[in-house]
Amino acid sequence: MAILAVGVFGLQFGTDFTGGSLVEVRYDGIRPAGDVLTRNLEDAGFKGFSLRESGANGYILRSATLSDVQRGNLSATFSHEGGTAHIAQLTEVGPTIGVELRNKALIALLVVLLCILLFIAFAFRKVSKPISSWVYGLIALLTLGFDVLVPVGAFAALGYLWGAQVDALFVTAILTILGYSVHDTIVVFDRTRENLRLNEDRNRKEDFAETAGRSLNQTFVRSMNTSATTLIALLALFFLGPASTQDFALTLLIGIIAGTYSSIFFATPLLVEVEKWRGGRKKK
Amino acid sequence: MWQKRLTALVILVIGAGICWYVYSSQAGATRPFKLGLDLSGGTQLVYRADLSAITTNDVASSMASLRETIERRVNLFGVSEPIVQTQHAGTFAGSPEERLIVELPGVTDTQKAIELIGETPVLEFRMLRKDADATATASSTINELFEPAAITGKNLKSAELQFQGGVGALNEPVVVIHFDAEGTKIFADLTKNNVGRSFGMFLDGSPISVPVIREAIPDGTAVISGGFSPEEAKELARNLNYGALPVPIELISTQTVAGTLGAEAVQKGIMAGIWGIGAVILFMLFWYRLPGLVASCTLLLYIIVNLALFQLIPVTLTAAGIAAFILSIGMAVDANVLIFERMKEELRGGKNLQDAMRDGFSRAWLSIRDSNISSLITATILFWFGTSLIKGFALVFGIGVLVSMLTAITVSRTFLFALGFDTKSKFARFLFGSGIKA
Repeated sequence: MAILAVGVFGLQFGTDFTGGSLVEVRYDGIRPAGDVLTRNLEDAGFKGFSLRESGANGYILRSATLSDVQRGNLSATFSHEGGTAHIAQLTEVGPTIGVELRNKALIALLVVLLCILLFIAFAFRKVSKPISSWVYGLIALLTLGFDVLVPVGAFAALGYLWGAQVDALFVTAILTILGYSVHDTIVVFDRTRENLRLNEDRNRKEDFAETAGRSLNQTFVRSMNTSATTLIALLALFFLGPASTQDFALTLLIGIIAGTYSSIFFATPLLVEVEKWRGGRKKK
Repeated sequence: MWQKRLTALVILVIGAGICWYVYSSQAGATRPFKLGLDLSGGTQLVYRADLSAITTNDVASSMASLRETIERRVNLFGVSEPIVQTQHAGTFAGSPEERLIVELPGVTDTQKAIELIGETPVLEFRMLRKDADATATASSTINELFEPAAITGKNLKSAELQFQGGVGALNEPVVVIHFDAEGTKIFADLTKNNVGRSFGMFLDGSPISVPVIREAIPDGTAVISGGFSPEEAKELARNLNYGALPVPIELISTQTVAGTLGAEAVQKGIMAGIWGIGAVILFMLFWYRLPGLVASCTLLLYIIVNLALFQLIPVTLTAAGIAAFILSIGMAVDANVLIFERMKEELRGGKNLQDAMRDGFSRAWLSIRDSNISSLITATILFWFGTSLIKGFALVFGIGVLVSMLTAITVSRTFLFALGFDTKSKFARFLFGSGIKA
């Protein structure tokens, strides 16, 4: 679904990545109609811009980088009979900064994934029976892949519907989701680790699937509750927080729901499947 | 037991103390929270320095003197607490580049700010050609009339406005220029050999002053006089100092946020924070009852400690930072949730309350440690990845994870044990029970 959404809608990359400018204006008095402003902007030499209403008395403009004259006359260009425009924010990003940010984002993503793999392999190094600790790490990574795909896909759809854009904060949100949901997966794996050790101590023979299932049940409530408190905080941020972090909160909301879902319904079943597959192979 | 209670009491008192400290240093403005430009309002400009004419060895010193020059200019305009810093960047943009970042709190007219810092004009010195007619027509171009002099704008150290006693009663404003050591030598030769010729100074190709050399000048200072008004002389000195900028700079990024928008974001952030905290506490009370109360106290302590750290370090708070803080409130109780769930489990397994509590804490520790380390990894990488926006987020997030580990484990442990339930009464079990019958 998520891949489909990205494929169909594509991602709308924001000014942070593409370079260009973003202007938010607010009005004292009457907000002029969109077509009046479009004409004003064209007269001022803006090309290939997009103008969008924002809130009850503002506009958001995205365009190429501004010339000195355009920048100097910005509020005059936006003002029209009875509506005086105030520049609420102006962001201009040069192309090199955009490229740099994109590369950094990709590298950061890879480094986070690699570190998490290494860390899990290290943390679970003592549990190599019946599955090696690297498998835990790899499965955690697979789960993470899912957790990232869901919000990215959702964002592609949101971008298509409401013009939500992928910016630096979005990347931050994705990386945070990675941290959070690996957190979730680790707790489940950790319990599996402990139960395996207990079984060994007590010389109890138990199917790996059963041990894993039991571990999952034991951590289920915790997973739900932690997600619940985090979601509560994020909902507050989404509904009451500043406009600039609203998309960010939404990305996290989606990602954390996906993360909780995947660490319960993906990670452990995958672990069991791998164990079965390996066990089966050995028997042959 | 009494020792535990005493410790708990001490923690509470310290917490109250920190709380009072945070409040008073904010209210008394001795150490208020530091707000980023996106919350306080202001302008950030990022310039790329063109170092193509500079050798690698001189890059650091050129950037340092560029920073100094720009800082002087910015200070002239009376902005409070401006920040001018250089940054080596672009490792990820293909080619490395040196950048200059200028932050101007309270300045919201971007264009004015850009003009204030100014483009770098090229300062040139040229000699009037010997064969050129002094009363040339307007159609004659500069290259026809002037030939490049041996001395260049790079040799200029500084220019200043001075007043000299003139012929009349009034002091005449003049511009005094100083050359560097190399320039002094060149200039001495040049003036010695060319007395009587016109010496032109050009800024971006247009003449600003064409004085006649009257005598040899050995000490590297020259006085430009020419019937300036004080205003004109001041502007000329400024332009000459402009031209003395060690490297040309090019604007590559701007960000301006109006103060009203920032204030709105702060207010909304605080609202979201309060509601978030309230809702999380309600949830914990509802679900975990007495331990929930302990977790709530711990959470409040966590918040207070965090706020104090923000003031003390100090952490520059941005909208992203506030978002990180609110997110961390939701995640901070995670350690408590882990511990309490474990405790309930041990209780169900037939242990008495004391043992269940002890085991709950010790067994949950591994999970808490491992999962928090993964969060710290993310925070570290984000911090390293960061533009200032993301750095703000990562720093707050990282501090949050560390503090929550500390408070959730040590503090809530002390509180719970201090309450000292060791009975097997139904009431105690009810208090420690959970919202669902298992």
